[in-house]
Amino acid sequence: MLLGLRDWSVSAQVALLFVVLFGVLFAVGAVVAMMSLRELDEAARGRQQRRQRDLRALLVGATVFWVAWASGPAGATLAFALLSFLALREFVTLAPTRRGDHRSLILAFFVVIPVQYLLVGLRAFDLHTVFIPVYVFLAIPVVSALAGDPERFLERNAKIQWGIMVCVYGLSHAPALLLLEFRGYEDRGAFLVFFLVVVSVAAQVVQELASRRLRRRPLARHIDRDFSARGFALGVCAAALVGAALFWITPVDARRAAVMAAVAGGCGTLGEFVMRALKKDAGVRWWGNQSSLTGAVGLLDRVAPLCFAAPVFFHSVRWYFR
Amino acid sequence: MSTADAMGVLLAFVARLITGAQGHWKGCAPQAEQRIYFANHQSHLDWVLIWAALPRELRASTRPIAARDYWTKTAFKRWLTSAVFNAVYVTRLRSDDQDPLGPLAEALEHGDSLVIFPEGTRSHRDEPQPFKSGLFHLAEKFAQVPLVPAWIDNVQRVMPKGEVVPVPILCTVTFGAPIRLDAGEDKRAFLERARAAVLALRPALR
Repeated sequence: MLLGLRDWSVSAQVALLFVVLFGVLFAVGAVVAMMSLRELDEAARGRQQRRQRDLRALLVGATVFWVAWASGPAGATLAFALLSFLALREFVTLAPTRRGDHRSLILAFFVVIPVQYLLVGLRAFDLHTVFIPVYVFLAIPVVSALAGDPERFLERNAKIQWGIMVCVYGLSHAPALLLLEFRGYEDRGAFLVFFLVVVSVAAQVVQELASRRLRRRPLARHIDRDFSARGFALGVCAAALVGAALFWITPVDARRAAVMAAVAGGCGTLGEFVMRALKKDAGVRWWGNQSSLTGAVGLLDRVAPLCFAAPVFFHSVRWYFR
Repeated sequence: MSTADAMGVLLAFVARLITGAQGHWKGCAPQAEQRIYFANHQSHLDWVLIWAALPRELRASTRPIAARDYWTKTAFKRWLTSAVFNAVYVTRLRSDDQDPLGPLAEALEHGDSLVIFPEGTRSHRDEPQPFKSGLFHLAEKFAQVPLVPAWIDNVQRVMPKGEVVPVPILCTVTFGAPIRLDAGEDKRAFLERARAAVLALRPALR
């Protein structure tokens, strides 16, 4: 069966990937919908709602992923640029900015995002890698300083820089992965993104389950009451196993796929952990908490692991292949 | 679809893209009944935000109030306020023979809903300024129309005074429970109560 698939054309293989992906999602969705028909008590209803929300987010994610692939480089870049825009909007809402930051924020939203994604679309990966850490890193504080407000200058700038780094720089590596080309592995970037998403989700889920079940001493009680070293290690191992099992969709052999998956899974889990600290700091449970002022969809929550895993994954893959 | 309708759809889309324009209906549901919405006023965007937060069916019959001297100065401003938003024009300069609330009363008799900012001007403080008496006179004259308080949050960060380009930051519009003028309630007490109703909708978590 697998050997037969190898002979298929690349686009047929990718199309099959999406058929399987949406098939699984709809099957799970049907099961969840059936479960919601039963009589439920209060706690079960809450769990049910959370499950449905997660599923909806997954479906939206899968659709974005499909649109990104189906519409080629331009579409992929645009779809992820829009995601970056929405994520950064959510981030800035919760970071207390002052009037003096107005120009820097305009620069971030209306210059940095378009340029960064233009670089992705043009496959200018060298400049894409350094544009934000080098050039924007200087430009933002300069614009801020010109606004003439010295109050909490470092803090405000650090927050904006950090938001750009996570929401724009990190996320822009997902379409970059779609557009990355290797010899003998042309047009299969979608598989790499799929690989990245699956292994980081696997790491995340196993880590959460293990941390909760094992009841080990949490590493940082005030940030996450469950997150333990054992849970993290198990998450990374799970990612490696899933990665090794999926090696046939990557350009590498099983051993290397396992290493790549472990790296990606570990980064995603740690990224989620860092985001949790950030949320604690901002005083919200989800970014889109109804009771907070944003009332947003909680997008940042969903993309956070990807934001942290994608750059590390991208660069490790790229270095390895050079 | 006319150009004005298309412009309306475009403006609502942009407002949602930039601010989210989330409408939270806490005290009443968005219904197609005649209402007077009154809200805090911090920015030029306030009206667009409330308008975008309303369901599309209600937008056509919900009208803002625009100062005639400013909003009819150029052809574009006139088109924007009359064709797109169907604004009620009021004259800021008071003449003796004319009731300043006349055009508003006319619109209400016609069955339209209104959005008013009773502070009269944009405030840049945290709390709204004391309300002007126009709201009281409307409540007196149109006792059957529910007065819906609304709090617009965060919009002052989107476009601070003196800036032209808005920054994308999420904003919410919270609509509260309707209030009415009580029998025998005097002007000061009513305006104070109306202001408190708006202020009570401010989200606690910042």
